[in-house]
Amino acid sequence: MIPVCRLEDLPQGESVRVETSPPVAVFRTDEGELYAIDDTCTHQDASLSEGWLEGCLVECPLHAASFDLRTGQPTCLPARRPVRTHRVTVDDGVVHVHLAAQEGTAA
Amino acid sequence: MRTVTVVGASLSGLYAARELRAQGFDGRLVIVGDEPHRPYDRPPLSKDFLTGRADEDQLALTDAEETGELDAEWLLGTRARGLDARGRTVLLDGGRTVSTDGVVIATGARARRLPGDDLAGVHTLRTLDDARALRTELTRGSRQVVVIGGGFIGAETASSCAALGHTVTVVEAAPLPLVPQLGAEMAAVCAALHRRGGVDLITGTGVAGLRGTVAVTAVELSDGRTLPADIVIVGIGATPNTGWLAGSTLALHDGVLCDDGCVTSLPQVVAVGDVARVGGARAEHWTSATEQPRVAVANLLAGHTTRTVRSLPYFWSDQYGARIQFAGRRQDGDTVRITEGELTDGTPPEDGFLALYERNGRTTAVLSMDRPRPFMRARRELTRGESEARQEPAAL
Repeated sequence: MIPVCRLEDLPQGESVRVETSPPVAVFRTDEGELYAIDDTCTHQDASLSEGWLEGCLVECPLHAASFDLRTGQPTCLPARRPVRTHRVTVDDGVVHVHLAAQEGTAA
Repeated sequence: MRTVTVVGASLSGLYAARELRAQGFDGRLVIVGDEPHRPYDRPPLSKDFLTGRADEDQLALTDAEETGELDAEWLLGTRARGLDARGRTVLLDGGRTVSTDGVVIATGARARRLPGDDLAGVHTLRTLDDARALRTELTRGSRQVVVIGGGFIGAETASSCAALGHTVTVVEAAPLPLVPQLGAEMAAVCAALHRRGGVDLITGTGVAGLRGTVAVTAVELSDGRTLPADIVIVGIGATPNTGWLAGSTLALHDGVLCDDGCVTSLPQVVAVGDVARVGGARAEHWTSATEQPRVAVANLLAGHTTRTVRSLPYFWSDQYGARIQFAGRRQDGDTVRITEGELTDGTPPEDGFLALYERNGRTTAVLSMDRPRPFMRARRELTRGESEARQEPAAL
């Protein structure tokens, strides 16, 4: 479990990048929901935390691939592979990310 | 239409094949590609692929599952040699022919060459095979590299070579590289990146010739200077691959001439990507190559132009650790306003900047260095502005 920031420091419609390895992007949608996904687009090297958030979709800032924050699935080309999703909780006003296991690791 | 032939198996050819199936074409689909490879993405070739950060499997644009779904006949390693006057027969290497009802021309462009560039050590960077050859040579210890041409390919390649520890000089014939793309003011700012990356930039002089008997040893400049070189990379632009269409009835002039909907003078022949001159302009941009096929295929299946391509030009470049993004239609005389970040003595700050090009109080284009978020906002506003401007006359 990784602390990210205080909830009030992540306004609705904003995102923050967590410098884990690989990095994770945490989003707070306009509806106030929190989501976390791997930050790096599966198409090419670009940071999804810098993407365009609309509803539960984020558009990559480089080539406009779009991912569903709820599932990590790409919703359009050029991405064809999903990003991993991670569980987010708020404990005592602090946003935490619970990293999903890396593929191929026992957890 | 029972058979459609896509000539060209790169980005725009693959997107055209996808669109054909997505738009309901269930006939025979033939894809002809002169390279032996399945469709791959070219932009990383000068960047992560060259430096070894990305490998070939990361370049693949498609996988076995999708290839199966496309249900196409792939004729790879096969060059198209001609198109008959009616656009109904594609002639292939070795005299084979494909009878077809529709044709998508997606043959792209090839790297321009220099006279005498068949010496060992002289490279171009366009195809996977080019990049493989250069990557191999760059692993043989520290070398003197001369990059001819300071455009995006030249700058990215120079940046990658410098990152690998080579000594790099870029030679640009114009007084400043990238002026047609960025305008003089911002071109000067981007040129400063070469210095940041430890690369010499020589401008305002052409190349008189290459020296060497078997392998290149030096580059002779037109101002009399000689630059010693173990490796020379020629990045002086690309020429559209239209030679195979010489015997057809299509109009050719620096590309295949098309209307705004990618339709050529034959309604059952459309053109997309780097080879297509759409509505008078030929864009060698990744994004155009992915956006044109949707419209081109719709028009091909309709039998006439029902839709037109209306996308805001967009391109990006990664060099010397900076990401440059540009969108819009700038013209000479536009004023440039820096809205984020601060330039000192015309050099870009480490944390980047955002510049807006303006004309008559309106934003015409946006340039970003490492400011992806505000860039995306500005690009969206430009796109929205264009579509509103288009709708206005219709509302009258």
